Amino acid sequence: MASWGEASESRLIGKRVTRLSGKDKVTGKAKYTFDINEPGMLYGRILRSETAHATVIGIDLSEAEALPGVKAVIPLIEVGNKLRYQGQEIAAVAAETDDIAKDAIRRIHVDLEELPHVVTEDDAMVEGAPQIREDWAGNQSEPNVREDGDINAGFDEAAVEVEATYHTPVQTHVCLETHGHVAKWEDEQNLTVWASTQGVFGVRNDFAQHFELPANQVRVITEHMGGGFGSKFGPGIEGRTAVELARITGKAVKLMLTRKAEHLVAGNRPSMTQQVRAGATSDGRLIAYDMKGYGTGGISSGAGFTGPYVYHVPNSRAERVNVAVNAGNQRAMRAPGHPQGAFAMDSLMDELAEKLGMDPVEFRRINDPNEVRQAQYTLGAQEIGWHRRNTVPGAGTSVKKRGMGVGSGQWGGGGGRGTEARVTINADGTVEAVTGTQDIGTGIRTVIAMIVAEEFGLETTDVRVKVGDSQPGLPSGGSGGSQTTPSVAPVIKTAAAAAKQKLFERIAPLLDAPVGDLRVGTGTIYVVSDRTKTITWKQATGQLGMESISEGGTWEEDLRQNGAAGTQFAEVEIDTQTGAIRVIKIVAVQDCGLAINRLTTESQVNGGVIMGLGQAILEERFMDPVTGRMLNANLEDYKVPGTLEIPEIKSIVFDTHRKVTGVGEPPCIPTPGAIANAVYNAIGVRIRSLPITPDKILDALAEKA
Amino acid sequence: MEKFSYVNATSLEQVTSLLSESGWGEVMLIAGGTDLLAELKEYIETPKTLVNLKTLPGMDSIEVDASGLKIGALATVADIAMHPTIQHHYTVLSQAAGSVATPQIRNVGTLGGNLCQRPRCWYYRDESTDCLKKGGDICYAVDGLSKYHAILGGDPVYIVHPSDLAPALIALGASIKIVGPAGEKTMSLEEFFTLPAANPFRENVLEPNEIVVEVSVPVPKPNTKSFYLKAREKGAPDFALSSVAGVFEMDGKTCKTASIVLGGVAPAPWRSKEAEAAVTGKMIDESVSQQAGADAVKDAEPLNDNMYKVTLTRNLVSRAAMMAAS
Repeated sequence: MASWGEASESRLIGKRVTRLSGKDKVTGKAKYTFDINEPGMLYGRILRSETAHATVIGIDLSEAEALPGVKAVIPLIEVGNKLRYQGQEIAAVAAETDDIAKDAIRRIHVDLEELPHVVTEDDAMVEGAPQIREDWAGNQSEPNVREDGDINAGFDEAAVEVEATYHTPVQTHVCLETHGHVAKWEDEQNLTVWASTQGVFGVRNDFAQHFELPANQVRVITEHMGGGFGSKFGPGIEGRTAVELARITGKAVKLMLTRKAEHLVAGNRPSMTQQVRAGATSDGRLIAYDMKGYGTGGISSGAGFTGPYVYHVPNSRAERVNVAVNAGNQRAMRAPGHPQGAFAMDSLMDELAEKLGMDPVEFRRINDPNEVRQAQYTLGAQEIGWHRRNTVPGAGTSVKKRGMGVGSGQWGGGGGRGTEARVTINADGTVEAVTGTQDIGTGIRTVIAMIVAEEFGLETTDVRVKVGDSQPGLPSGGSGGSQTTPSVAPVIKTAAAAAKQKLFERIAPLLDAPVGDLRVGTGTIYVVSDRTKTITWKQATGQLGMESISEGGTWEEDLRQNGAAGTQFAEVEIDTQTGAIRVIKIVAVQDCGLAINRLTTESQVNGGVIMGLGQAILEERFMDPVTGRMLNANLEDYKVPGTLEIPEIKSIVFDTHRKVTGVGEPPCIPTPGAIANAVYNAIGVRIRSLPITPDKILDALAEKA
Repeated sequence: MEKFSYVNATSLEQVTSLLSESGWGEVMLIAGGTDLLAELKEYIETPKTLVNLKTLPGMDSIEVDASGLKIGALATVADIAMHPTIQHHYTVLSQAAGSVATPQIRNVGTLGGNLCQRPRCWYYRDESTDCLKKGGDICYAVDGLSKYHAILGGDPVYIVHPSDLAPALIALGASIKIVGPAGEKTMSLEEFFTLPAANPFRENVLEPNEIVVEVSVPVPKPNTKSFYLKAREKGAPDFALSSVAGVFEMDGKTCKTASIVLGGVAPAPWRSKEAEAAVTGKMIDESVSQQAGADAVKDAEPLNDNMYKVTLTRNLVSRAAMMAAS
């Protein structure tokens, strides 16, 4: 059975290793797609709809085509078709400079017949609202209903009940590097594309299919990538447009989305509104849960969210519908559906605990069947100083009030098959590890180097890691579902082990020892039964002469495990006169199995907490019902956390076993619930709608007074 | 942005002469550019000519003498924030300047630009929305989303004036020097700003051919305490949800005179005579400060989404008064 070995035997795995690309990133040497410039390259721009709902009557490209420096203008929608949201693509240009391209799209004239639009869920659900999708009756999908047990019997048993409505607005991904591509046709049958993507091979296959090319003649490169969070799996219309413009002009074309387009069309986390009624027994058992909820993913569906969540409820009913509005489509966003559901569930848990007169942690202990989280509650409570918590929420007369809250999350992250990799040992002692995965900022490049270096007794800097390129033809899946490390690490591990075995076989005669007696030291290979028989790594590889050893690996299931439990505790301070909210500290206890690189794992947790904090106290897409447009498609009024918002984050990598589990997503799940509960504990007023901003705090305090 | 020609200014005469060639928007002035560039990029303004003021000599000085401060229109926000005399004796101004945007913006943004900056309203800043401020028919904030809009003096345009320096300077009794083709004139900074009822399209009385050149601030009275309190959603960069510039001449806990000017709540910096009256001649205690807060917002008319600004502004004014007495 394959194994990562004991912690005591590990020289690198489980340790804190600085990411290999770190220096290149902070010095600007790292080239992102945005930084790629090919000789003679043209700049692509897309004309997008500013109207939320309209029929296209005519498109006149002639004035744009006549502009000097413009090399191609193409329509992206046919006359007679409908535009269904602001930002939808109308036409595209390629020009010698980005400024000319921008001027050119303003010279494309579009005749529209405007149609009534509806951009908010509440407006869309009104009887007689404008119909957005032809395939739905009204603007709502068929309800998805899940039932368990008997809720009527459950409520009969309940000693306390809570009824509440919880809401989270649409949140956008805000990738710091916007979506985009640089496309270049090497000849009529060979295409190279630099893509800001989470899925090099998925993008390659999409291009191959769409442009009817052999897959092995499309090369997709993602050397460094500036954030995807689930929104960058496919090339999108902008990717295909870049390739098409490059095909027409015979030049390389760079087409990156504007910040505005990034908000409008590059995906978002759907909203959630849920009305829930729940009950608990007098001894603190969650006994009944009845929820009806909806959310919008724009004109598409996919607005699901969890509930009931994490805690065991024997009797439950949950009914969810998708609501269509004239707005850009949702895409997967870091733990899709979970942060919304977790915020509602953890708020609900606190409300029930209060009715029972029970400590919120104690109430969770009774109802959480997960043993890992049971241990995390103890550790997290200790770290935050739960005993300092307000025993009476909102107590005291001081202007600034502090409170603490807790929230929970659960994720899979077990990885899967589909990664091919090769580990090569050259005669000069150099080592290469190649696979078609991509480093989307999470540090897989460093993790691969650590695994190979551990196996060979080398340093991480001795291993040349090649990822983010489809050309070696070693496919790997997209980086989603927290799957990258658990999918890739086992394959790299077995490939390295196989290569080492081959090397041992070559040098065993030289050391006059059985292959099974050979071991790697630090830069050496020795015979375990006779330590005097030691040679350096280079002496060993020198035996290869003109050959190299190159081995593939297999995805050994025993090297990874599914299931990552998490708990977070938050401490906040509220200025009751200004409504200002300051998150003071987050303790994030994150189960992750074996953390191959403890440093980048902690970074993952920090990043997740910051994203969750943004959702909790800042981020919201504002859609204007009158104009049908997003009012804050920028980074001024769409507010994301800055350094001043980021609290002390205590990331506790809670490793419970020696198998790899991905944690890209789960650390953002418990944060909003923990913060919302801390706000309640501070001021004694519950805010059931995210983000928790000063206006809501002041209005709620005024209402209470 | 649209193409424009770029002229380096050599003298104020040349600048006013260039400005006199047309009405609003054809010839525009640029100094730090932190506001104007965004307007150009968003096609909110499409000037034919930009006149670079940075080449005008001597307009970026901060002079201190017995009569007070003279701050050139080209002095940067950072210069104002970091000036030792301003920090010690004109605290409200230093605090206001330090609260502006980010260090990068403060390093290039100028006093003149800060006073003349355009609204941040999300309807105004959207090229496709033809709002009243831009010559359209309606102020969209009235029926639309108005979280960041005016609660005082709005009718018929509910933008808020975004400047942090303006409330502080008005509270200090500053005057502004303006140069036009006919020569220079000086007026109180308070009178410089106008409400939309007088002119829905502009935020001040500047004529298209005039330029702001200097702001003068008298020496504060002895025993003056001053503060700038700015409430915002983000630490930085963020504009005020509501701000209070308070200048209090104190005798112990008794307020002899007070200047209280609100930012972020009205289309112009909003001098609250009501709040001033509530504290003037009074020994400031909890009840007087509460009264000042309540009086400051008694004429407030919130829109759909900004009732909270009434509470917030009331509390900030009370807090400023309490700080004066502490």
